Parts: sequence; C-alpha cells; structure tokens
Amino acid sequence: MLSLEGISNFIHEWLNGHLNATLALLAEFVIIGVAAIGLFAVLGLGLVWMERKVAALMQIRMGPNRIGPKGIFQTSADTVKLIMKEALTPENADKILFNMAPFVVIIVAMLILVPIAFARNFQIWDINIGVLYVTSVSSLSVIGILMAGWSSGNKYSLLGAMRSGAQIVSYELSAGLSVLSIIVLTGSLKISDIVASQEDGWWIFKGHIPAIIAFVIFIIAATAETNRAPFDLAEAESELTAGFHTEYGGMKFALFFLSEYINIFIVCAIGATLFLGGWMPFHIGHWAAFNHIMDYIPSSFWFFGKTIFLIFLIMWFRWTFPRLRVDQLLNLEWKYLFPISMFNLLLMTLVAIMGWHF
Amino acid sequence: MFLKDYFSDVYHATKSLLTGMKLTGYYFTHPKEIITEEYPDNRKTLVMAERFRGEVVMPHDANNEHTCTGCSSCEIACPNGSIKIISKFNITPEGKKKKAIDQHIYRLDMCTMCGLCVEACPTDAIKMANTFEHSVFDRNNLIKRLNKPGSKIREGVEE
Repeated sequence: MLSLEGISNFIHEWLNGHLNATLALLAEFVIIGVAAIGLFAVLGLGLVWMERKVAALMQIRMGPNRIGPKGIFQTSADTVKLIMKEALTPENADKILFNMAPFVVIIVAMLILVPIAFARNFQIWDINIGVLYVTSVSSLSVIGILMAGWSSGNKYSLLGAMRSGAQIVSYELSAGLSVLSIIVLTGSLKISDIVASQEDGWWIFKGHIPAIIAFVIFIIAATAETNRAPFDLAEAESELTAGFHTEYGGMKFALFFLSEYINIFIVCAIGATLFLGGWMPFHIGHWAAFNHIMDYIPSSFWFFGKTIFLIFLIMWFRWTFPRLRVDQLLNLEWKYLFPISMFNLLLMTLVAIMGWHF
Repeated sequence: MFLKDYFSDVYHATKSLLTGMKLTGYYFTHPKEIITEEYPDNRKTLVMAERFRGEVVMPHDANNEHTCTGCSSCEIACPNGSIKIISKFNITPEGKKKKAIDQHIYRLDMCTMCGLCVEACPTDAIKMANTFEHSVFDRNNLIKRLNKPGSKIREGVEE
C-alpha cells in the first residue's frame, strides 16, 4: 500500500543501495530539508487561503474568488508580488539583527518540525524527549520577535516585541502544564510512545474531564503563543500598526507571515498528537472490527485531518472573539488559566494514580 | 464568596464566548447568508434600494413638462453651491413679465448627495435617483442641465 512510511523506506533503501552509508545519510538530510521547505511553502499558501476563506464566510463575505477556482491561487499571486518587492532596511536600524530576525523566527519554526509524527513510522527524528524538545525550542521564537522589535529602532516595534515577550513567557506556563497533564498519563515524553498509548482511544476521551480542561487550556495558550487574535497584542494592527514587523517589507515580511502560519500548524500538530491521538485512527477500546475499518483510512489523513480541525478551531476563535487589552491578557493567564491548569494537573495525577482513566 | 464569584465568572465568560462562536459557526456553515453583491457580474439583476441617493434628477412627463417654478429654493438650500438656477422672463399674453426657469444647472462633481435640495423644493420638481454609475472621461460632463431643452412648467403648478 502506498503510504508515507513506504515512500520513505523505499528512498532509504534505494539510496543505501546506490551510495555508501555516509553519502546516503547526507542525501537524506538534503531530501528532508527540501521536503520541510516544500511543506512550509504549501502550508503557508494553503493556510493563508484557508484563513481568508474562513474569515470571509464568518463575516458573511465571499473572500478571494477571482484567481483560480474559489481563489486558490490568490496566495500564490500574493507571494509572487512579495518576492518582487524591495526588502527595505531602515537607515537607523541595527542592520545585522534586523536582517537576521526573520531567519531566526523561521529556523525556530523549522526546528520544531523535527519530532512531529506525520504518519505511522514517518518522523524526522524520534527523540525520547520529544515533547520537552518542542516546548523548549518553541520558546526561542520570542528571541526572533524581540530582535525584530529592538533592531527596527521604532518605538511601536519595540512595544510590540515587549508585549510579545510578556505574552509568550506567561502563556508557556499554562501550555506546559496542560501538556504535562497528558505526559502524566502516558509516562513518556517520546512522541511515538504518546501516539502508541492512544491505540485504544484518544486521551481527550480516555482522560475524563481533566483531559478536556487541559485541551481547552492548551488551545487557548496555543492561540496566545502564536500571537494570533484575540491575543494579537504583539502585532496590534489598530494601535501599533503592525508591532514588531512594522519596518519589514517584501520577503522579510513574508517570512514573519509564513512563520505565523507554520507555528499555528505546529502547535495544532502537537495538540493533535497529545489529545487527539496524532496519526492514530479513531479507535474505541476493544471493538476490533470497528478499529480495523478505521485503519483503512491512511494514518497521514488522520494526522492532517485532526491538525486542520484544530487550525480551524483557532481560526474560528480569531474571527469571533474581541481582542484583549494587555492587562486583561495577563489577568486571564495568571488569575484563571494558570491556577486552573495547576489544579487540573493535580486532578490528572490523581486520575493516573488511581487508574480511573480507561 | 470569592470562589463562587470566580467560578461564575469562568462559567459566564465561557458561555458568552460559545454564544459568539455559535453565530459565526452558523454563518460559516450557511453560505446563503453572504450579503456581498458581486457588482460587475450581477449588473443585469442588481436591485438598488429606492432610498439610495445617487444623483439629483428632474422628472419630466410625456408632454416635456416639469413642475419647477425657478424659485431658487434648492440653490439656497444647497450647502456647497452645486446648484445654479438661471431664470428668464416670459411675456404673458396680458403683456406682463413672468419669471420662469431657463436652466437648472446641477454640478454632480460637487454634489455630496445630502438631499437638502429635494427637501427644500416646494413643488417636488426634483428628486434623488438611485443611479450610481457616474464615471465619465471628461469632468465637464458632470455639469448637467436638469430641465430638458424646450420643456416648460406644467399648467396649474403655480396657482
């Protein structure tokens, strides 16, 4: 059967049959790099189109509908425009930091892709601290944002970057705690173990109410960490023009824009892995026949379906909820999400110890 | 009690957020609610609202007669001088001079579509039409003469 696992095994064997082991490994590095960049490009184009369509429908509009059927080539046309535009560097900017910042942001986004399991046995690197790796590397992206805001030499950019710093640092706590409450159940940080533990049902169903609370908190924290509305204080179109990327133009702006969508994809992929079983098909306990039927749908479809469902949920938030002020943002985190997720972790530990989960 | 308020806050916040999501979710799943007019495509079937103020026109009946007396009320009412009334004097059969409209000049390029001239008109001689495709290549074409050439005032309006 044609699957991502089969394709990767075929390439691996073919390379090892024709080259020596070192060269084959190097060739695989290159293939993975190209595939990751290709995935980024497709995700960027696809998610921007999806966002615009979702936004339009929720606001009773049409959305892009001129270029290609249902406007699907609109984002490609926009990208061509962005490539042709001049990437200006302001005279008084800190030039090295200014030009480095978009690459820092995009490289961080690329690094988080490493431990994500896209399909059955299809993963770049299955490290045993997968979840820890993701949470720690994702906090590096704030450095890119701070670099961009500081080096622009513009007070609005700096304000946006500082807000972003406060926001990401605060919301990482509750995101981390809700991730931990699933780790309590699985007992492993390895992504493949986490997916395998959901063979007889996803954690959101097996973990009772604590898992659902953890899921809700995770989605809220993920929205905040990706700097999206209703938590888009770092960009704040209305009061800071565009926050940390005010001074950027052309492809350098496009990299920031792309990294926003890549980050959404990644947090949703992590959420799908932890709570909705990653690539694991929808299984119910010991109903062997039902589970067998579900296995006929390829695992990559399950993974991307769940991820896109979560992305849709986050887009739904963006186009429904009003934006928060800075003080409301920090209130929500420190007075509500953080205490609730601490208590929830305690409850989850109790559930895990007593064996109340399925 | 603090804890009770805390949880009722969380409950009401969640509830109101879900109410909002329900509405946007309804719009998302019901594309028939879309209110966008795809204008150049639907030009044939486009229905403009009757109250839409697109330009000032002077209706004429089949005998090329209007009801404008040339009283200049519209000219006075116009806030930015878009209307200019040019009068003439007709000699009545009794030999008296009688004031009448010669040209009702309307500058569409200056008009703000406020509709005050229509409200000021004592004889309902002018009204707002709901046409809106006013682009022309020469802006002199936007200076219009509203009363048609050779038209005259309808009998009985001035009594």
